[in-house]
Amino acid sequence: MEYPFTQPSALEPPAEWARLRDECPVSRVRMASGDETVLLTRYEDVRTLLADPRFTHNLSRPDAARIADSESGGVFNEASLVTDMTSGEGHLRWRRMMSRSFTAKRVNALRPRIEEIAHELISAVQPPVDLVSALGFPLPVFVICELLGVPADHRDRFAHWSDAMLNLTKFKQDELDTAAREFHEFMAAHVLAKRDNPGDDLLSELATIVDAQDGRLTEVELIITAQGLLVAGHETTANMIGKMVAMLLADRSRWEALLADRGLIPSAVEEALRFDANPNIGIPRYVSEQYEVAGETLPAGTTVITNLASANRDGCVFADADEMVLDRRPNPHIAFGAGPHSCLGQALARVELQTVLGVLLDRLPGLRLDVEPAALRRREGLVVGGIEEVPVRW
Amino acid sequence: MEITVDEDACCGAGQCVMIAPEVFDQRDDDGVVILLDPAPPPELRPAVENAAAVCPAAAISVFP
Repeated sequence: MEYPFTQPSALEPPAEWARLRDECPVSRVRMASGDETVLLTRYEDVRTLLADPRFTHNLSRPDAARIADSESGGVFNEASLVTDMTSGEGHLRWRRMMSRSFTAKRVNALRPRIEEIAHELISAVQPPVDLVSALGFPLPVFVICELLGVPADHRDRFAHWSDAMLNLTKFKQDELDTAAREFHEFMAAHVLAKRDNPGDDLLSELATIVDAQDGRLTEVELIITAQGLLVAGHETTANMIGKMVAMLLADRSRWEALLADRGLIPSAVEEALRFDANPNIGIPRYVSEQYEVAGETLPAGTTVITNLASANRDGCVFADADEMVLDRRPNPHIAFGAGPHSCLGQALARVELQTVLGVLLDRLPGLRLDVEPAALRRREGLVVGGIEEVPVRW
Repeated sequence: MEITVDEDACCGAGQCVMIAPEVFDQRDDDGVVILLDPAPPPELRPAVENAAAVCPAAAISVFP
């Protein structure tokens, strides 16, 4: 089977997910690279492997499957992005050092500023408008740029570098090489400039840690971290804003329920994350030791793709899994992964999504889709998924 | 109701603080969970059980 599977429409999951969860929870699929991987689709199997501290998404070993159709195989295969901080004790140290910037307290303090940015972006447009380019993409970029201390006026270049880093089939090799070189040069120069002119931001703080030379962080790790945060803070939430609004407007009774009760916002955001039929191709794991899953034994050296979105629709865990239930509680979805490698920025993503939704409900209560939901087009050719345009009126 | 947390497993996601701030906090320097109240009053049970259920690191245990 070729992977990823085709979706019937941008908001609907591929039919294969339900079939594989029922009949073939450990299946073999062919990636864009031509390499074969093992695909997991059930919640318990996906969650258990993701949370296993022995394994990571690092596919730089020679016997790992390549994901993308490029020379290296894409972001998961790229050996130059792998350092001591990728796994084990080194990862735990890195994670604890970074976590201070993404605690609930720190990201909650950003709410007023996120609201202000959302208001400015909404004030700048007239209907009809594409919600993705008007709000979905710019808002998270402004937020992550302020947090890192990177000027947002380069955001068109960031968008291109970010797409290239997350390439599956979209770019040619020379485009990927150029983007990778430019992105690295930009970030390296920017980090150097921070030393001359430090600010109250994360990159200045991390540059000071590198300069202490106490083994906590190297210059190379700092630049990889900065690139990773910019890309992660950029693509994922940006795509999710468009998808969340499209899901809520596709059945307008959802939007009306939120208009009637703003207390539903946090649980509606979680449900949109769970219900997202097109988050990414899944998260890989290089299984470096023999591994048992769903009664099968995978040999050491197997590359596994965990399909988080399929897991999030597993009827064994979620009642009415194929319904969007805005007040679902608890909602133990794994859209941000699980275990020690689960998303570092998840509290920030939640606050951004909740804040944007609140501002949209206040400012544009008459919001509606300007096309049929089935006419929404997927973004193609990247390891992350989204919708190209979400045309709206109000 | 009694609660325990596993600091070594905690991944600093902050969900518990968002859901039950009366019971959970995070250390400022590394985001690891702080248990403010290991035996909270019964009216906090729904929030505490929700926080335990959605913790991505399964680091919260609730005992009746």
